[in-house]
Amino acid sequence: MVQWTDFERATIKAIFAKIDSAVVGPAALSRCLVVYPWTQRYFGKFGNLFNADAIRSNPNVIAHGKVVLDGLARAVQNLDDIKATYAELSVLHSEKLQVDPDNFKLLADCVSIVVAAQLGKDFTPEVQAAFQKFLAVAVSALGKQYY
Amino acid sequence: MLSKKEKALIAEIWESLSPVAEDIGSDALLRMFASFPGTKTYFSHLDISPNSSHLRTHGKKIVLAIADGAKDISQLTVSLAPLQTLHAYQLRIDPTNFKLFSQCMLVTLACHLGEDFTPIAHAAMDKYLSAFAAVLAEKYR
Repeated sequence: MVQWTDFERATIKAIFAKIDSAVVGPAALSRCLVVYPWTQRYFGKFGNLFNADAIRSNPNVIAHGKVVLDGLARAVQNLDDIKATYAELSVLHSEKLQVDPDNFKLLADCVSIVVAAQLGKDFTPEVQAAFQKFLAVAVSALGKQYY
Repeated sequence: MLSKKEKALIAEIWESLSPVAEDIGSDALLRMFASFPGTKTYFSHLDISPNSSHLRTHGKKIVLAIADGAKDISQLTVSLAPLQTLHAYQLRIDPTNFKLFSQCMLVTLACHLGEDFTPIAHAAMDKYLSAFAAVLAEKYR
Protein backbone atom coordinates (compact mmCIF):
# COMPACT_ATOMS: atom_id res chain seq x y z
CA MET A 1 0.00 0.00 0.00
CA VAL A 2 1.15 3.54 -0.71
CA GLN A 3 2.54 5.40 2.30
CA TRP A 4 1.76 9.10 2.41
CA THR A 5 3.59 11.51 4.70
CA ASP A 6 1.52 14.14 6.49
CA PHE A 7 3.09 16.74 4.23
CA GLU A 8 2.07 14.82 1.12
CA ARG A 9 -1.52 14.32 2.25
CA ALA A 10 -1.91 17.95 3.24
CA THR A 11 -0.25 19.19 0.04
CA ILE A 12 -2.36 17.06 -2.29
CA LYS A 13 -5.60 17.99 -0.58
CA ALA A 14 -4.63 21.67 -0.52
CA ILE A 15 -3.96 21.70 -4.25
CA PHE A 16 -7.31 20.13 -5.04
CA ALA A 17 -9.03 22.60 -2.72
CA LYS A 18 -7.36 25.43 -4.62
CA ILE A 19 -7.95 24.35 -8.21
CA ASP A 20 -11.20 24.35 -10.18
CA SER A 21 -11.64 21.04 -12.01
CA ALA A 22 -13.78 22.80 -14.61
CA VAL A 23 -10.74 24.95 -15.45
CA VAL A 24 -7.74 22.69 -14.85
CA GLY A 25 -9.34 19.61 -16.41
CA PRO A 26 -10.09 21.12 -19.82
CA ALA A 27 -6.76 23.00 -19.80
CA ALA A 28 -4.82 19.81 -19.10
CA LEU A 29 -6.70 17.66 -21.59
CA SER A 30 -6.48 20.21 -24.40
CA ARG A 31 -2.78 20.73 -23.64
CA CYS A 32 -2.24 16.97 -23.88
CA LEU A 33 -3.98 16.83 -27.26
CA VAL A 34 -1.76 19.68 -28.51
CA VAL A 35 1.59 18.64 -27.03
CA TYR A 36 1.12 14.91 -27.77
CA PRO A 37 -1.06 14.92 -30.89
CA TRP A 38 -1.11 11.14 -31.18
CA THR A 39 -3.38 11.08 -28.12
CA GLN A 40 -6.08 12.44 -30.42
CA ARG A 41 -6.53 8.88 -31.66
CA TYR A 42 -8.85 8.24 -28.73
CA PHE A 43 -11.06 11.21 -29.45
CA GLY A 44 -12.19 10.60 -33.02
CA LYS A 45 -15.79 11.31 -32.09
CA PHE A 46 -15.00 14.70 -30.51
CA GLY A 47 -15.23 16.71 -33.71
CA ASN A 48 -12.84 19.51 -34.64
CA LEU A 49 -9.36 18.97 -33.14
CA PHE A 50 -7.64 20.63 -36.07
CA ASN A 51 -5.49 23.15 -34.19
CA ALA A 52 -4.76 24.38 -30.67
CA ASP A 53 -7.58 26.95 -30.73
CA ALA A 54 -10.12 24.44 -32.00
CA ILE A 55 -9.05 21.94 -29.35
CA ARG A 56 -9.24 24.50 -26.57
CA SER A 57 -12.75 25.60 -27.47
CA ASN A 58 -14.09 22.15 -28.37
CA PRO A 59 -17.10 21.53 -26.07
CA ASN A 60 -16.42 17.78 -25.91
CA VAL A 61 -12.85 18.39 -24.78
CA ILE A 62 -14.05 20.87 -22.18
CA ALA A 63 -16.68 18.49 -20.81
CA HIS A 64 -14.34 15.53 -20.78
CA GLY A 65 -11.53 17.48 -19.15
CA LYS A 66 -13.77 18.11 -16.18
CA VAL A 67 -14.72 14.41 -16.02
CA VAL A 68 -11.03 13.48 -15.85
CA LEU A 69 -10.21 15.96 -13.10
CA ASP A 70 -13.29 14.90 -11.11
CA GLY A 71 -11.92 11.38 -11.38
CA LEU A 72 -8.61 12.52 -9.89
CA ALA A 73 -10.50 14.32 -7.12
CA ARG A 74 -12.14 11.01 -6.22
CA ALA A 75 -8.69 9.49 -5.77
CA VAL A 76 -7.80 12.36 -3.44
CA GLN A 77 -10.85 11.47 -1.32
CA ASN A 78 -9.56 7.89 -1.16
CA LEU A 79 -5.80 8.34 -0.87
CA ASP A 80 -5.38 5.12 1.08
CA ASP A 81 -7.09 2.93 -1.47
CA ILE A 82 -6.74 4.42 -4.91
CA LYS A 83 -6.32 0.97 -6.44
CA ALA A 84 -9.80 -0.14 -5.37
CA THR A 85 -11.31 3.26 -6.15
CA TYR A 86 -10.05 3.00 -9.73
CA ALA A 87 -10.68 -0.70 -10.36
CA GLU A 88 -13.78 -0.10 -12.49
CA LEU A 89 -12.20 2.85 -14.30
CA SER A 90 -9.19 0.72 -15.09
CA VAL A 91 -11.37 -1.98 -16.62
CA LEU A 92 -13.21 0.67 -18.62
CA HIS A 93 -9.98 2.13 -20.03
CA SER A 94 -8.61 -1.31 -20.83
CA GLU A 95 -11.58 -3.21 -22.20
CA LYS A 96 -13.86 -0.57 -23.65
CA LEU A 97 -11.72 2.49 -24.42
CA GLN A 98 -8.57 0.46 -25.14
CA VAL A 99 -6.21 3.25 -24.19
CA ASP A 100 -2.48 2.51 -24.11
CA PRO A 101 -1.58 3.07 -20.44
CA ASP A 102 1.53 5.06 -21.45
CA ASN A 103 -0.87 7.85 -22.35
CA PHE A 104 -1.95 8.27 -18.74
CA LYS A 105 1.51 9.57 -17.90
CA LEU A 106 1.34 12.11 -20.73
CA LEU A 107 -1.93 13.52 -19.41
CA ALA A 108 -0.58 13.50 -15.85
CA ASP A 109 2.44 15.55 -16.97
CA CYS A 110 0.08 18.07 -18.53
CA VAL A 111 -1.91 18.28 -15.30
CA SER A 112 1.37 19.08 -13.50
CA ILE A 113 2.20 21.83 -15.97
CA VAL A 114 -1.26 23.43 -15.74
CA VAL A 115 -1.22 23.38 -11.94
CA ALA A 116 2.35 24.74 -11.97
CA ALA A 117 1.32 27.61 -14.23
CA GLN A 118 -1.56 28.42 -11.90
CA LEU A 119 0.32 28.17 -8.60
CA GLY A 120 3.58 29.73 -9.79
CA LYS A 121 6.07 30.09 -6.94
CA ASP A 122 3.78 28.16 -4.58
CA PHE A 123 4.39 25.05 -6.69
CA THR A 124 7.70 24.49 -4.92
CA PRO A 125 9.93 21.49 -5.65
CA GLU A 126 8.53 19.72 -2.56
CA VAL A 127 4.93 20.44 -3.52
CA GLN A 128 5.66 19.25 -7.05
CA ALA A 129 7.19 16.01 -5.74
CA ALA A 130 4.13 15.28 -3.58
CA PHE A 131 1.71 16.11 -6.38
CA GLN A 132 3.61 14.03 -8.93
CA LYS A 133 3.76 11.10 -6.51
CA PHE A 134 -0.04 11.28 -6.29
CA LEU A 135 -0.38 11.41 -10.08
CA ALA A 136 1.98 8.45 -10.45
CA VAL A 137 -0.14 6.41 -8.04
CA ALA A 138 -3.31 7.36 -9.92
CA VAL A 139 -1.69 6.45 -13.24
CA SER A 140 -0.51 3.12 -11.88
CA ALA A 141 -3.96 2.29 -10.45
CA LEU A 142 -5.56 3.11 -13.78
CA GLY A 143 -3.32 0.57 -15.47
CA LYS A 144 -3.79 -2.17 -12.87
CA GLN A 145 -6.66 -4.06 -14.51
CA TYR A 146 -5.02 -4.35 -17.91
CA TYR A 147 -4.06 -7.86 -18.92
CA MET B 1 10.08 17.93 -36.17
CA LEU B 2 10.30 21.63 -35.40
CA SER B 3 8.68 24.18 -37.68
CA LYS B 4 10.29 27.54 -38.44
CA LYS B 5 7.77 29.23 -36.16
CA GLU B 6 8.53 26.85 -33.32
CA LYS B 7 12.30 27.37 -33.67
CA ALA B 8 11.79 31.14 -33.54
CA LEU B 9 9.54 30.82 -30.48
CA ILE B 10 12.06 28.60 -28.70
CA ALA B 11 14.94 30.95 -29.46
CA GLU B 12 12.87 33.88 -28.22
CA ILE B 13 11.96 32.22 -24.94
CA TRP B 14 15.54 31.19 -24.12
CA GLU B 15 16.84 34.62 -25.11
CA SER B 16 14.46 36.18 -22.59
CA LEU B 17 15.45 33.69 -19.87
CA SER B 18 19.22 33.96 -20.27
CA PRO B 19 19.49 36.89 -17.84
CA VAL B 20 17.91 34.70 -15.13
CA ALA B 21 19.71 31.52 -16.15
CA GLU B 22 20.88 30.91 -12.58
CA ASP B 23 17.35 31.06 -11.17
CA ILE B 24 15.85 28.91 -13.90
CA GLY B 25 18.64 26.35 -13.85
CA SER B 26 18.83 25.93 -10.10
CA ASP B 27 15.04 25.75 -9.86
CA ALA B 28 14.83 22.96 -12.44
CA LEU B 29 17.63 21.03 -10.74
CA LEU B 30 15.99 21.33 -7.31
CA ARG B 31 12.71 20.10 -8.73
CA MET B 32 14.46 17.11 -10.27
CA PHE B 33 16.23 16.22 -7.02
CA ALA B 34 12.93 16.46 -5.09
CA SER B 35 10.80 14.44 -7.52
CA PHE B 36 13.45 11.98 -8.66
CA PRO B 37 15.87 11.42 -5.78
CA GLY B 38 17.95 8.93 -7.81
CA THR B 39 19.26 11.84 -9.85
CA LYS B 40 21.11 13.13 -6.79
CA THR B 41 23.58 10.29 -7.15
CA TYR B 42 25.32 12.18 -9.92
CA PHE B 43 26.02 15.13 -7.66
CA SER B 44 27.73 13.62 -4.63
CA HIS B 45 30.72 15.87 -5.33
CA LEU B 46 28.69 19.08 -5.14
CA ASP B 47 26.63 20.92 -2.54
CA ILE B 48 23.16 20.80 -4.08
CA SER B 49 21.22 22.36 -1.23
CA PRO B 50 18.84 25.19 -2.22
CA ASN B 51 20.72 28.41 -2.99
CA SER B 52 24.16 26.85 -2.72
CA SER B 53 26.69 28.46 -5.04
CA HIS B 54 27.42 25.04 -6.59
CA LEU B 55 23.77 24.56 -7.47
CA ARG B 56 23.38 28.04 -8.96
CA THR B 57 26.59 27.84 -10.97
CA HIS B 58 25.67 24.44 -12.31
CA GLY B 59 22.09 25.44 -13.10
CA LYS B 60 23.36 28.49 -14.97
CA LYS B 61 25.76 26.38 -17.00
CA ILE B 62 23.00 24.03 -18.10
CA VAL B 63 20.54 26.79 -19.02
CA LEU B 64 23.12 28.75 -20.99
CA ALA B 65 23.99 25.60 -22.96
CA ILE B 66 20.30 25.02 -23.72
CA ALA B 67 19.86 28.69 -24.66
CA ASP B 68 22.93 28.59 -26.86
CA GLY B 69 21.67 25.54 -28.72
CA ALA B 70 18.36 27.29 -29.29
CA LYS B 71 20.04 30.05 -31.30
CA ASP B 72 20.55 27.66 -34.22
CA ILE B 73 18.75 24.39 -33.66
CA SER B 74 19.74 22.97 -37.03
CA GLN B 75 23.36 23.05 -35.85
CA LEU B 76 22.82 21.22 -32.56
CA THR B 77 25.18 18.37 -33.43
CA VAL B 78 27.94 20.89 -34.09
CA SER B 79 27.34 23.21 -31.14
CA LEU B 80 26.93 20.33 -28.69
CA ALA B 81 29.96 18.32 -29.83
CA PRO B 82 32.12 19.13 -26.77
CA LEU B 83 29.22 18.44 -24.41
CA GLN B 84 28.50 15.18 -26.20
CA THR B 85 32.04 14.03 -25.49
CA LEU B 86 31.86 15.17 -21.88
CA HIS B 87 28.63 13.31 -21.20
CA ALA B 88 29.64 10.15 -23.07
CA TYR B 89 33.12 9.62 -21.69
CA GLN B 90 33.27 11.50 -18.44
CA LEU B 91 29.88 12.14 -16.89
CA ARG B 92 28.16 9.06 -18.29
CA ILE B 93 24.77 10.13 -17.00
CA ASP B 94 22.15 7.54 -17.91
CA PRO B 95 20.09 9.19 -20.67
CA THR B 96 16.75 8.42 -18.98
CA ASN B 97 17.72 11.20 -16.59
CA PHE B 98 17.65 13.72 -19.42
CA LYS B 99 13.91 13.07 -19.70
CA LEU B 100 13.46 13.63 -15.97
CA PHE B 101 15.38 16.90 -16.10
CA SER B 102 13.41 18.02 -19.17
CA GLN B 103 10.11 17.41 -17.39
CA CYS B 104 11.28 19.49 -14.44
CA MET B 105 12.50 22.23 -16.77
CA LEU B 106 9.03 22.35 -18.33
CA VAL B 107 7.52 22.73 -14.85
CA THR B 108 10.00 25.51 -14.07
CA LEU B 109 9.01 27.27 -17.28
CA ALA B 110 5.32 26.88 -16.41
CA CYS B 111 5.86 28.35 -12.93
CA HIS B 112 7.94 31.17 -14.34
CA LEU B 113 5.91 32.05 -17.43
CA GLY B 114 2.39 31.18 -16.20
CA GLU B 115 -0.23 31.78 -18.89
CA ASP B 116 2.50 32.64 -21.39
CA PHE B 117 3.60 29.01 -21.34
CA THR B 118 0.89 28.21 -23.85
CA PRO B 119 0.22 24.67 -25.14
CA ILE B 120 2.02 25.64 -28.36
CA ALA B 121 5.08 26.93 -26.50
CA HIS B 122 4.98 23.81 -24.31
CA ALA B 123 4.84 21.51 -27.34
CA ALA B 124 7.71 23.32 -29.04
CA MET B 125 9.83 23.33 -25.90
CA ASP B 126 9.19 19.65 -25.21
CA LYS B 127 10.29 18.81 -28.74
CA TYR B 128 13.41 20.97 -28.45
CA LEU B 129 14.46 19.49 -25.12
CA SER B 130 13.92 15.97 -26.48
CA ALA B 131 16.08 16.77 -29.49
CA PHE B 132 18.74 18.34 -27.25
CA ALA B 133 18.81 15.24 -25.04
CA ALA B 134 19.03 12.93 -28.03
CA VAL B 135 22.00 14.84 -29.46
CA LEU B 136 23.67 14.89 -26.05
CA ALA B 137 23.51 11.10 -25.88
CA GLU B 138 24.71 10.49 -29.44
CA LYS B 139 28.30 9.60 -28.55
CA TYR B 140 27.35 7.19 -25.77
CA ARG B 141 27.68 4.16 -28.02
